Parts: sequence; C-alpha cells; structure tokens
Amino acid sequence: MSVQDTPTVGAMARLERAQPKPEAARPAAVRRLPVQKDWPTWALIAAQIGILVGALSLWEIGARTGWIDAFFWSQPSAIADTMKIFFTTGDAWTDISFTFRSTIFGFLIGTTAGSLLGLSFWWSRNYAAIVQPYVICLESIPKLALAPLIILVFGIGLVSKVAVATALTLVVSTLTAYAGVKALDADSEKLFYSLGATRLQVFRKLVIPFCLPWIISVLRVNIGLALTGAIVGEFIASQHGLGRTILYAGQTYDIALVWVAVLVLSTLAMVMYAAVSWLESTLRKGVRQ
Amino acid sequence: MSFSAPKLCVADVSMTFRTPTGSFHALAPVTLSIPQGRFVSLIGPSGCGKSTIFNIIAGLLEPSGGRVLIDGVDATGTIGRVGYMLQKDLLLPWRTVLDNTILGMEIQHVPLRAARERALPLLHRYGLAGFEYLYPNALSGGMRQRAALLRTLLFDTDVILLDEPFGALDAQTKLKMQEWLMQLWSDFSKTVLFVTHDVEEAIYLSDEVHVMGTRPGRIIASIPVPLARPRVRGSTLSPDFLVIKERCLELLHLDPTASEPVNEAA
Ligand SMILES: Nc1ncnc2c1ncn2[C@@H]1O[C@H](COP(=O)(O)OP(=O)(O)O)[C@@H](O)[C@H]1O
Ligand SMILES: [Mg+2]
Repeated sequence: MSVQDTPTVGAMARLERAQPKPEAARPAAVRRLPVQKDWPTWALIAAQIGILVGALSLWEIGARTGWIDAFFWSQPSAIADTMKIFFTTGDAWTDISFTFRSTIFGFLIGTTAGSLLGLSFWWSRNYAAIVQPYVICLESIPKLALAPLIILVFGIGLVSKVAVATALTLVVSTLTAYAGVKALDADSEKLFYSLGATRLQVFRKLVIPFCLPWIISVLRVNIGLALTGAIVGEFIASQHGLGRTILYAGQTYDIALVWVAVLVLSTLAMVMYAAVSWLESTLRKGVRQ
Repeated sequence: MSFSAPKLCVADVSMTFRTPTGSFHALAPVTLSIPQGRFVSLIGPSGCGKSTIFNIIAGLLEPSGGRVLIDGVDATGTIGRVGYMLQKDLLLPWRTVLDNTILGMEIQHVPLRAARERALPLLHRYGLAGFEYLYPNALSGGMRQRAALLRTLLFDTDVILLDEPFGALDAQTKLKMQEWLMQLWSDFSKTVLFVTHDVEEAIYLSDEVHVMGTRPGRIIASIPVPLARPRVRGSTLSPDFLVIKERCLELLHLDPTASEPVNEAA
C-alpha cells in the first residue's frame, strides 16, 4: 500500500464534509475502450451473398406457394428466363446502346458547355451580372417538367434524350464552375498582372487550373443526372432504350421484363459511375501534376 | 550607371479611394527617389498605405495624383515593369516549385525549357535544392518565401518590391531569411524596396529607411543607414545601430520610455 492510498484521518474528515455521499466503489467500474473486431473480407462477402441468395429463395418459394402474388411481383426463375430471352432474341443490346449513347452525349455536352459558360463569367463582371439571374432561374426550374416540351421540339429520336440529359447537367456544371471563378483570390490575379500577363494568360494559366477541381467535382453527380434525363426522355416518347422497355413492359404487365430492364439499367449505371469515378481521380492526379 | 536619374522615382503620388460611405484619403503626396542598386525600406503602422504604394508602383492601381518614374521614364499605370512580391506567397498549388519560379518568364514567352534551365541552378544555389519538383504544400513557410522570392527575382526586372516577405515567419527563420536575402541582393545588384513592420529588420537590411505615418499615409522621415557592409549580426548591437533604431521607434511612437504607462501616471 502506498502512502497516497491511506489518507490521514483529517483528510478523510475533510473529504467527507465536502462530499456527504462518498463514492463507495470508485475503482470497481474498470472500462476499456470498446473495440470492434473486423471480420475477414471473405466472411463479409459470404454474408452478403448469403443474404441475396436467401432473399431470392424466399421470393421464389413465396411465389410458388402463392404467398407472394407472382402476377405483380414476378419471380426470380421467370426473371432469369426473361433475361435470357432479352439478351438472345430481344432488343437488349439496342436498348443498352441507345440509353448509353443518350447519357454519354448529354453528359459530355452538358458538362463541357456548362463549365465553359461558368468560366466565361470571369471575363466580364457586367456580363456575369446580366446573365446570372437567368442561370439561377434555369436552376430553379425543375428541368424534368420541361422534358415533354423538349421531346416535342426535338422529336422522339436520340437527339431529344440527349437534350433532356444536357438540360439536367448543364446548369449544375455552370453554377459549379462559376463558384470556382468566384472563389479565385484577387491577389493571385494581381500577381499575374504584376508579371505583365494578358487577360488570356491569366485565364489559361490561373483561372482554368484553379477551377478544374470544381469542374471535376461534379462529374459523378452529372453522370447520374444524365442517366435520369435519358430515362425520363424515353418514358415520355421513344422507340428504343431501357427506359422505354421498362415503361412498355409495365403497361403490358410483363413484370419479369420490368425487373430485367431495371437490373440491366442498374448495371449500366454502376459501370458508368465507376468509369467516371476513375476519370475523376485520374484528372485530379493530372491537375496536381 | 546614370547619376542624373534615379532608378525608381515616386513623384508626389497620392491616393484617394472611393468607398461606399464617401472617399478615403489613403496617401498624401508621397515622394521617393531610389538610386540604382539601393536597398530601401518602408516602415510604418499597418494601414498607412505601404501596400498601396507598392500597388501603384507595380501599375496595379492608378494613383489619384502623381507619377511613377523608372529610369526617368513615366511608368505610371504600366504593369510588368517591376518584380512585386505580394504580402502572401501566392504559389500556385498545381505547379511544382520549379514551375512556380519560372511563372514570370513563362508569361514573358520565354520557352519553357530555357526558363527551367535558367531557374534550376538558382534553386540549387539559393537553398531550394531537392525541392524543385515538390508541390508548394509540401514546403515550410521559409521555403515557400524563398520560392516566391526567386520567382520575383527570375522575372528579371531591375526593381524589386517586397511586401513584408518575412512577416509570417518565426524569429529564427526570419533571421536566416534576412541573411539569405542579403546574399541574393549582393549577387544580383537589384534595386530593392522593402516593406516591414520590424524596425530592426529594416535597419539591418537597408541603406535608407523611410518611416511612414498614417491619416493620411505619408513619409514622416527618411533616415540613412550609414553602417558598413557586409553587415554582421553583431552590428545590430553597435551604438550607431541603436541610435537609428531609437530614432525610428520614436517616430513610430513606440519609444519604450515614452510608452511606459507607469511613467505617464507618475
Ligand atoms: N481598394 C481599397 N478601397 C478602399 N480603401 C482601401 C483600399 N485598399 C486599401 N485601402 C485602405 O487604405 C489604407 C492603406 O492600406 P494598405 O496600403 O494596405 O496599408 P498597409 O499595407 O500599410 O498596411 C488602409 O486603411 C486600407 O483600409
Ligand atoms: Mg500591407
């Protein structure tokens, strides 16, 4: 026992006067930092597969015993069969290609044009002041509500789907690039001008590299928006595309085909999202070097 | 070298800013005449217009009155005539240290390779060896200032304006950087105009110190520093140095004996 653990009577008395109810079991509650043990990766993956297989099995069994209404919900075996037909004798590749092209073109046009428009505001404060209210108006309009109009103007082909996808991505890119322009430090511009730079040099060597991280940061958002635009365009009027297939299958109560198209669409979305994420990180590295 | 025209002449330059509430008289007519190859400091309380003078000399701000002459030629409102290191280092984070230092040459259309070839030996000689291909965010404060200063030097103008380059550095780094700057100045024989709020730094580095006052900003005294060069640290303790320092502090109302509240109460 150390001296500190045996206080004098006087000290004890003082302590008791100060605290009428002394803590009886102070050292009893020994607590440790809660530690979570991480499972190995294979165990996590096994659990994920297990859940999926379990859910699908339940669904299939439920449908066969009549516990789940297969007319409205379809069933995994029927979906697998439909998938096979869709890809062998069906329009799978035409539809995928159509939706993919609308999305990519809309994404590229909207992102590029929007970024350039946002950057252009750097050139003239007057021009920015005049145009800005219009851009904000455009932002507040729900672009999807305009989709029927766009389809009317651009027809039922690919162009109208690209137009809807562009409308959705353009404004986001414009506002983001403009936010970059506004964040530009006036002193950095001063530095360039003190070195005798022209406006074009400041734009190329300062404004663009400074705003690139902003522009890049919306790529992933924009690919999702472009896909949404393309699908909504197909919903309204189209002869091809996964969106059109979903709508058509729903109207004809071909629920298995709805599931198939949704699955294919999700896969397409994931692939494009992954590609854009890769592009984003590559560009980021490029910007820093 | 011409003795008739000073390298840099600020002739009766005044500045009035228009503000939302009216106008603000930032600079009363200021006159400065700096011969070729001199190291001249401006000291004064913050807000007295030091940066404003620099912006006017660099052509970034049109003065309300007066002219800026370089080599006797009117250079008022023209950019790219002097090297200007602003209060912040403003290194571009997406460029390597080397590519930051060649920015001035690049803007003047020097081919990239030639510019890099010129810059590299200087980076090596002046303490940035091993940092050439790093990005600025990997550098310490002192190193960043070195890079920014070399960028200013490599712009290759005769006159260089340095706005509180060592203001944000710790005391020890600051002393090191002062020696470094002296080395650079004697190697390149540039005409330097230096802003600081550190009186000792101003005297130690300069041939002449201009003390400024506020409301409106103006030069209240110009004090020559006749100390022999090259100077050593010890010279900051010499009687001549202390006399000048006392004079400056007095002008800045920072005289230690005058500002003692106990003395005033007594
Ligand atoms: N663009 C401007 N508009 C209005 N007032 C300004 C402007 N620039 C500087 N000032 C004012 O002029 C004075 C001098 O500023 P500055 O030259 O930056 O001082 P210093 O560099 O000596 O600290 C300050 O009071 C500042 O508020
Ligand atoms: Mg200043």
